[in-house]
Amino acid sequence: MAPGQPSDGVLERTVRDEGRAVLATLIRQTGSFDVAEEAVQDTVVRALERWRTTGVPAHPRAWLIAAARNRAIDIIRRDTGRPIKEGAAHAMTTRPDDELTGLPDDTVLPDDVLRLVFTCCHPSLSPEAQVALSLRTLCGLSTPEVARALLVSEATMTKRLTRARQKIRDAHIPYRVPADHELPQRVSAVVATVYLMFNEGYAATAGATHVRADVSDEAVRLARLLHELLPDEVEVTGLLSLVLLVHARRSTRVDANGDLVLLAHQDRAQWDHVAIREGVVLVGEGLRRTPEHPDRYVVQAAIAAAHCLASSSTDTDWTAIVSWYDVLSRLDASPVVRLNRAVALAERDGAAIGLEEIEAIDGMADYPLWHASRAELLRQLGRRADAATAFDLALGLPLTDAQRRHLVNRRDSTTDS
Amino acid sequence: MPTYAALIYSPDVDNSHADQTETMAAYGAFGQAAAAVIRGGAALYPTATATTVRVKEKGGDLITADGPYAETKEVLTGFYLLECADLDEAIAWAAQIPGAWDGAVEVRPTIAM
Repeated sequence: MAPGQPSDGVLERTVRDEGRAVLATLIRQTGSFDVAEEAVQDTVVRALERWRTTGVPAHPRAWLIAAARNRAIDIIRRDTGRPIKEGAAHAMTTRPDDELTGLPDDTVLPDDVLRLVFTCCHPSLSPEAQVALSLRTLCGLSTPEVARALLVSEATMTKRLTRARQKIRDAHIPYRVPADHELPQRVSAVVATVYLMFNEGYAATAGATHVRADVSDEAVRLARLLHELLPDEVEVTGLLSLVLLVHARRSTRVDANGDLVLLAHQDRAQWDHVAIREGVVLVGEGLRRTPEHPDRYVVQAAIAAAHCLASSSTDTDWTAIVSWYDVLSRLDASPVVRLNRAVALAERDGAAIGLEEIEAIDGMADYPLWHASRAELLRQLGRRADAATAFDLALGLPLTDAQRRHLVNRRDSTTDS
Repeated sequence: MPTYAALIYSPDVDNSHADQTETMAAYGAFGQAAAAVIRGGAALYPTATATTVRVKEKGGDLITADGPYAETKEVLTGFYLLECADLDEAIAWAAQIPGAWDGAVEVRPTIAM
C-alpha cells in the first residue's frame, strides 16, 4: 500500500459513517427515503472505488453530499413519477453544480441523523423490520450483509426492506424528531430495537454460531451514536453502558474450539478493560441521574459491572448482585429475571437455597437455561441422577450448537464420576 | 395532506339499537373533537346484514356469501376518513376512537383517485 492510501477497513468505516449523515440530510432535502437511499448507495460505491486510489479527500462529507445530491437530481429527472417533496426537485435541479461541490460540512443539520433514527425505529414498523432497516440505513450494511447478519436469505431480506420502505413512503411515516411529550416512549422504542439487535448478534437462539460479533459491534456503535445524539436520556446511557459491559467479555465467551466458556472460567485478563472502564463510568452517571427510580437498562448494566469489576468468580460481590436483581425484579417481574436472581442467590447463600428459589419459578418448562441452572445446583448438592435428568430436559429444547456441546459434557461428567 | 382510513374493529353489536346509546354518544364526542380532520366515515350495521361478494375473475361468475369477509370476534363496525399531516397524527387520532378501547383501529393510508 502506498503512503496516504487508506486501508480498506478505515476507508469503509469512513464512508459508512459519513454515508449515514449524508443519507439523513438527503432524505430531508428530497423528502424521499427511496431517492436518497439510491443516490447515497451509488455515491458510496463510487467513493470507495475512487478513494482507494486517490485517498480520502479533506472533507469527505462535503464530497459525498455534493456527489449524492447530483446523483439524486439524476434519479429525480429519470423518474419524475416518484413522490418528491414539492419544489425539492426544482430547488435541487436549479442549483448550479459548482456551488454544490464547495459545500461546507455543516450542511448536515444536527437533528438529521436523529430524524433518521426515529424513522427507522418507528413503532408502526415490525421489530424485525426496524432491526433490518437500522442495519441497512443507520449502520450502512449492504442488503446481502444484513441478510447474512440476521441469518435470512437475501430474497427474504430484500422483501422485508422493500416492504418497510414502502410503508415509510405510503403511510407517510414522518421524518422528524418526536415532540417532547412523545419522546420518552419513542426513545424507549429505539433503545429496545438497538438492544434487540445487540442480543441478536450476541446469542443466536439456535444454530451453529454462538456469537455473531458483527451485529453486536454494529449495535454497540449505534448505542454510542444514540448516546451522542440524546445525551440527556438516561435509558440511552443505560443501554450504552450495558452493551459495552456485556460486549467487553465477548472474546472469552467461547474458546478456540467454539466451545462455551462459563463466566466463572473466563480469562478475565482478556476482557476489554477500556470498554469496562467506560461502561462503569456510564453506570454511575445513569444511577446519579435517577437515584430514586433507576432505569431498567442502568440496573442491568450495574449487574454487568459487578461481574466485570471482580477479579474472579469467588471474588464477585454476590450480595450486591442479588440486591440489584431485587431492584430489577421490581422493574421487570419476568421469570427470566427471577431465574438470574436465583443463580446469584445460590452463589451468595448456597446451592440449596438457590435451588429452592429456582424450583419456585413457574412457567419455565420450555426455557433450557432454567433446566440447566437447576441441573448445575442439583449436581453441586450431589444429587447426580436428578442432575442428569435435568440436563436431559434442557437438551430436549432448542439450543445453539455450543450450548448443546457444553450441556452434553456436563451431563456426561455428572453420570461418569 | 395524506388521508387515512381508520377502520374500526369492535364487538359485533347493533350500534343502531337503543342499548348502544352510550357508545354512540362516545363516537359523537370523538366526531366533534376530530371534526378538523374527519373527511368522511360511517357506522355499520352488524355483520348479520353483510354480504360478501366475490367474482372468480374479471367478468366471471358472481359468488355471494352471507356474512362478513372474515368471521372473528371483532369485526369491521365502522370507519373514518382522516386527513392528517402524517402517520403519527393519524395514530394519535385513532387512539381516541372509542373502538380502540374495546377492539382495535386499523390505520391505512388511502390512495388518491
